[in-house]
Amino acid sequence: MKMMSCDVLVIGSGPAGLAAATRAREEGAQSVLVLERNPEFGGILPQCIHNGFGVRVFGSDLTGPEYAQRWIQKAISASVALQMETMVLEIRPGPTVIASSARDGLIEVRAKALVLAMGCRERPRGALAIPGTRPSGVYTAGTAQRLVNMEGYVPGESVVILGSGDIGMIMARRLTLEGAKIEAMLEVQPWVSGLRRNLVQCVQDYDIPLHTQTTVVEVRGRDRVEEIVAARVNDAWQPIAGTEWTIGCDTLLLSVGLVPENELSRQVGVRLDDRTGGPVVDERYATSLPGVFAAGNVVHVYDVVDDVSEAAMVAGESAARWAAGEGSHGHGHIRVAAGENVHHVVPQKVQRERLPAGFTLAFRAMRPIEAPAVMTVRADGELLARRRLRYARPSEMLVIEVPPSKLGILDATEELVVDVVAVT
Amino acid sequence: MRSYDVVIIGAGVVGSLTARALSRYQLDVLLVEKCADVGEGTTKGNSAIVHAGYDAVPGTLKAEMNAAGNPMYVELCDELDVDFQRCGTYVVGVSDDDLLTLDDLYERGLRNGIDGLAIISGQEMRGREPAVTEACVGALYAETGGIVDPFQLCFAAAENAVVNGVELWLETEALGFVREGDRVVGVRTTRGTVGARWVVISAGLWADELLNDLDYHRLEITPRKGEYFVLDKRAGDLVNSVLFPCPTPISKGIVVTRTIHGNLMIGPNAQNVPDKDDRATTPDGLREIMAGARKLVPGIRDRDVIRTFAGLRAGGNTGDFVIERLPTAQNVVALAGIESPGLTAAPAIAQHAVDLLAEAGMPRTQKASYQPRRQGIPRFADLSYKEREALIAEDPRYGNVVCRCEMVTEGEVVAACHAPIPAQTYDAVKRRTRVGSGRCQGGFDTPLVLEIMSRELGLPVTEITKRGERSRMVARRTKDVPA
Amino acid sequence: MEERNLICVTCPVGCNLTVVLDGDEIVEVRGAGCRRGEDFVREELTDPRRMLASTVRVAGGQYPLVPVRSVEPLPKALLLPTARLLRRVVLRAPVAEHQVVVKDVLNSGVSIVTSRSMPVCKDSHRG
Repeated sequence: MKMMSCDVLVIGSGPAGLAAATRAREEGAQSVLVLERNPEFGGILPQCIHNGFGVRVFGSDLTGPEYAQRWIQKAISASVALQMETMVLEIRPGPTVIASSARDGLIEVRAKALVLAMGCRERPRGALAIPGTRPSGVYTAGTAQRLVNMEGYVPGESVVILGSGDIGMIMARRLTLEGAKIEAMLEVQPWVSGLRRNLVQCVQDYDIPLHTQTTVVEVRGRDRVEEIVAARVNDAWQPIAGTEWTIGCDTLLLSVGLVPENELSRQVGVRLDDRTGGPVVDERYATSLPGVFAAGNVVHVYDVVDDVSEAAMVAGESAARWAAGEGSHGHGHIRVAAGENVHHVVPQKVQRERLPAGFTLAFRAMRPIEAPAVMTVRADGELLARRRLRYARPSEMLVIEVPPSKLGILDATEELVVDVVAVT
Repeated sequence: MRSYDVVIIGAGVVGSLTARALSRYQLDVLLVEKCADVGEGTTKGNSAIVHAGYDAVPGTLKAEMNAAGNPMYVELCDELDVDFQRCGTYVVGVSDDDLLTLDDLYERGLRNGIDGLAIISGQEMRGREPAVTEACVGALYAETGGIVDPFQLCFAAAENAVVNGVELWLETEALGFVREGDRVVGVRTTRGTVGARWVVISAGLWADELLNDLDYHRLEITPRKGEYFVLDKRAGDLVNSVLFPCPTPISKGIVVTRTIHGNLMIGPNAQNVPDKDDRATTPDGLREIMAGARKLVPGIRDRDVIRTFAGLRAGGNTGDFVIERLPTAQNVVALAGIESPGLTAAPAIAQHAVDLLAEAGMPRTQKASYQPRRQGIPRFADLSYKEREALIAEDPRYGNVVCRCEMVTEGEVVAACHAPIPAQTYDAVKRRTRVGSGRCQGGFDTPLVLEIMSRELGLPVTEITKRGERSRMVARRTKDVPA
Repeated sequence: MEERNLICVTCPVGCNLTVVLDGDEIVEVRGAGCRRGEDFVREELTDPRRMLASTVRVAGGQYPLVPVRSVEPLPKALLLPTARLLRRVVLRAPVAEHQVVVKDVLNSGVSIVTSRSMPVCKDSHRG
């Protein structure tokens, strides 16, 4: 096995990995190595050819590939070592990572600190157990995106899209531009799950029929998809008998959820949060394993790439400090809990000694509030932070800054609670 | 017209094992299969259990073949490089009535000559399988029960048969026969008519149609659908072996089983359907299975489901296997109505078929070159790091992981495309290598595998199918104008 | 008098706007969270524009396609025609990032450029 070592090892060269690696070098880590499984850097970005990236980080409305290139450049300028076509097979305590590549064979990398930045995967048809036959022509939207934009194949000519998340809407537009017909977009919730600007620019602009509170109850087709059966659903997402109708198509695209890709994390024993599917992290993005940090979609799914890069920079900084022997593993944490109308919060805990400096919490609303709302952070009922919002939508991650506070106030607190409710 | 000594119709696990059994003799054997791959029928859609053999009615062929087939698995799987695990099976009782049933099954097992049976207490059951329902009051343990990958077994047998000289024609449907008196002299197929001195009908769901063509009307096959869930390997850790509920008259019930690959599989239900191609899963069926499985193992979680599928049993109306030479065609052996315990019985059925053919005059002159052992494609995921290194040193493509969830490498995909029975469809690659079988269900690997297949098979990606015929994977290249 | 509903796409809020029109004249804009709502309505009703992202073919590159983008938003009516036009383009690797693919596409004054570089196909085992 080829033996390597470095101060900070990063798994994944997407927006999280590149930002964490670059920042780690800037923070003084002597050697930083990024391992990427694809034959180019950027993680998922190379296939995200649309714009909307980098408005905050670079002050420019860039496409995914352009955003990736900026970070690749920064990483190279910071002397980050980038290695492609390398798949991590296993993480061991140390941390040590075993990886495989055609060029080098098996590699063992010993690192002082590790940043998990593996991103997420898509929920497949099987996870929804959509009944029917199993013909060709059923794809998740991201796989279709890759096929269309990179290998260069259009999956089908007549497409039904299940799920109105951003990837689904983006692909509705993409496929239309490449000459396919989107027969319908179906969404099980009463509201569109992606950004409203995508609703306009990807669905309405192309007169694509959109049906909310609707799902696919059956796939039909012997060899290839021939039609799907759609049905209205009630508030519990259960199909309503008698509302079924068929939509002829040759392709079913699924945009029904992203799952943080934590099989490696699980395998090495990192504690995961059931609600996010990602590691439990503190405000430094440290996981439950000493020396192991996590950033980006692997922690929880983001909407805006700039938020990913910013959080990843914190993780990179933390990793560099740890590698330099400066990080303690925390002298006690305060839990952060999801309160009213909150689906989950990241970080799930905050180091007590952090409180005087203040910290940021990211979370998602459970149900939309299309009216003025207020988000709060409380400790044992005592208000720590409060901010008004014009609205609160599950599709747009919310962020609240908790300002510096005297340690004394929170000495006895075990838990902070985040809520987001309508203004009454 | 090409002529063969033996023509076998249907390359499921029974037909493939029969082909292999015949390949040890100096015979020209042709195996015809109507689908694009071997094992596409019942073989790839069942519970994958090697039954101990207590369940079948004593005195039937089912009982006899099950009892004979089970012990054959150890050596067979070793020879063919197929994974097989004798994990034991349990029939779980949750009531006093069930305890009586367990006693009946035990007695039946003794009459069938099955060793290694024992009735254990509910407490003991939970000691061995902590996830089993608290309601368990006792169980029938069968030591010789096990799990296998039925497609892998079928494919390995077919491949070994081909290496030993059997000719395999895929996408070739048998349409009927050419007869002379009480003998068949030819088989009409979609690729023309071939001469045959002996014929084996192992055509699964379609066996009755072929038998009818030979004026044999004793068998009518009704497809009986069984639906299944496959769950994440994490859920596979819930259970160490195979758990049955107490059986009903028509079915062994909804099983909860660890699979040989480490997943959890639950199912099947049992529903007669009119269409021999109807393998659609249904909302009611899936609900029924999940509810039934949770009666045995309450801790099964919806979120661990990675896929669902359905298989069709070749349900015969005679109450037993039909394994005989046809009275209307002396040189034709029927291996029909092979429903449960068909997989377990298959090696014994194959041997029996050879005996029946010999009775019909087929010579059994051994082939000096016969090689019973077969080496499958190396499975990177199952190798030690040392073995992986050696593999990569030999062929760097084994270092390029293309399926992250199941840790399958490019080298394995390439090997599948060039095996003695080459994989020519995505599903064929999937069944041979496990690409796309993991929790992302092909989300990551599909674009990569399509490119590799295109390169290795010399086919444009636009012509690659999921499983033959019109199941194209993609419609066209991105910039080509739509038709 | 006519009423039309629009979603403003100027910023992520996506205000639901109701526009009251008298023929071509905008009489009133209701529901705007800020002043930009009125600007958006004006442009959207007279000269709606969108950014275009697509791909063009590359010969001899690591991948058969390279992503391209409009430098600025294009008139909405030109999106599909531009996408169709781009199908006929074939670049030759190596391709530089922000290389001009089509200048002043369909007389819009807006150019289409590449979003990334595309090197010549390297000699790796991937072929």
